[in-house]
Amino acid sequence: MWEQIRSNQIRSVILVAGMAALLLLMGYFLGLYFLDSGTGGVIIALIIWAVMNLVAFFQGDNILLALSKARKIKRDDYPRLYNIVEEMRIASGLERMPDIYIIDDPALNAFATGRDPNRAAIAVTSGLLQKLNRDELQGVIGHEIAHVNNRDVLLMSLCGILLGTIVILSWYATHMLFFSSMSGGRRSSSSGGGQAQLIILAVGIILMILAPIAAQLIYFAISRKREYLADSSSALYTRYPEGLASALEKLAASTAPVKSANQSSAPMYIINPFRKKGRAASDLSSTHPPISERIRILRSMAGGASLADYDSAFRQVHKGGRGVISPSAVAGAGAVSLRPAVPEAARREAELGKVERTREVSDLMWHLNNYKTITCACGTKLKIPPKLKSANVKCPHCGRVNRV
Amino acid sequence: MNAVYIIIGIVVILLIMMASTYNGLVRLRNRVRNAWAQIDVQLKRRHDLIPNLVETAKGYMTHERGTFEAVTKARNLAQKAVGTGVGAQSKAEGELSSALARLLVVVENYPDLKANQNFLALQEELTSTENKIGFSRQYYNDSVLRYNNKTQMFPSNMMAGMMGFKASEFFEVTAAEEREAPKVSFS
Repeated sequence: MWEQIRSNQIRSVILVAGMAALLLLMGYFLGLYFLDSGTGGVIIALIIWAVMNLVAFFQGDNILLALSKARKIKRDDYPRLYNIVEEMRIASGLERMPDIYIIDDPALNAFATGRDPNRAAIAVTSGLLQKLNRDELQGVIGHEIAHVNNRDVLLMSLCGILLGTIVILSWYATHMLFFSSMSGGRRSSSSGGGQAQLIILAVGIILMILAPIAAQLIYFAISRKREYLADSSSALYTRYPEGLASALEKLAASTAPVKSANQSSAPMYIINPFRKKGRAASDLSSTHPPISERIRILRSMAGGASLADYDSAFRQVHKGGRGVISPSAVAGAGAVSLRPAVPEAARREAELGKVERTREVSDLMWHLNNYKTITCACGTKLKIPPKLKSANVKCPHCGRVNRV
Repeated sequence: MNAVYIIIGIVVILLIMMASTYNGLVRLRNRVRNAWAQIDVQLKRRHDLIPNLVETAKGYMTHERGTFEAVTKARNLAQKAVGTGVGAQSKAEGELSSALARLLVVVENYPDLKANQNFLALQEELTSTENKIGFSRQYYNDSVLRYNNKTQMFPSNMMAGMMGFKASEFFEVTAAEEREAPKVSFS
């Protein structure tokens, strides 16, 4: 497991380095054109990049969680979710328990954040808690814990910042170019290097157009790869790929977009928060692999739950070709057997039904919004808003007066 | 002169390799110890939960004295086995697991008990603790496999032999039938 993370990191780091090279190249040519100094351009590019990094490093998690309007919960607020996260923490060998957040949103989604595994947070939507059973939730949480454990959050925010810097730089450069040509061209006095000027301009324009596209494609490629990897790790942790597969199936069936998601936070979600029904996920411009494909791979894992089994399932679905997991990782680990499925009838007995689950989650959301709950003698649960002044409340159901 | 440099270079490289092998062994051994501590925490949690569970369920399940006694007995034996080594402890805990599984199967016959909020909370805790024991065992065994491979494979086995790194024991589930979900018979 550990070698796998490392070797995949090497491959990802090469791609990140490619993005960085793109940024520097763009800075250099733009600097050469606008400032007459390539170094100056590189320095400006680096400064923009550094500022964005600083902001993201110190505030990234908080911004993301605040943007998604996530509410932190404690163990007693919702023991089942807390327990599942702890189970997956133990299975993955993660040392510190991640913080748990709930997003009040009927859409089904979840994401992980936190730069290093010791300061991680996992957020799930309330819709997810309502719709998934224990095994399915475990698969999803396993996927998120894998993102934390594989340091995907760090990697994806590094990439995201590089991408953002490239986009910003090319946007400003395009505008500056446009306005400077409007005002009759600058530096017409410096005659002589006319030919060289033209070449620099041409290279600059090409870079301005192509760099953001190339950077985006690299970004998407890394993101998709990390999704497969997180799926395979989740199957390894739970020993039960069917849990995640059936969760993904439910997630695919509901297409409500996550209200509070945005483009930069998209790779952190378990499925793309913006996908639309009927539109096949295009191959190159998507942060996530097509869900149907992820499900098929998980369901093809007949032999076992190890990374090698995921890899061969991946190859089977893709009809040969290269796997997603580096060979060194596959070689080291032993065989891992699948956990047998609990019979459907027995599970239904042992678990809460859909109705109870929905009620439980809605009670939780009231509680998180500081509503008090009073159970009336007739069995009705009264939700008392936090701003209520009066000391007595009449039950709408039976008419009894309850004290707040 | 050149030969001296080459020899010094080789010695330095060897030393670096030995140091990193040693550190790798220590890291893996610590991981095994850490993983064992995780199992221990969960086993202790289970021992603490059982008296509560028995107390809550007893009032409802008046005809199941034998089942309760089996659980309590298995729990006490498991508690005694703490610290007696991985093999003995995993055997005692395995027996406790199957006694508990039998109890939870019988619970299905008592709908009143299943409506009790307190019991439901306990049941969630117990289910999750069982899962956590399973997952920590899984992680422990993974770590042991890795550590043992390192102590037995060339060339790190030489370092392991010199420095006294011994192979660790796996935490086995004792009997094959305990791995399967318990079956209910309606005879």
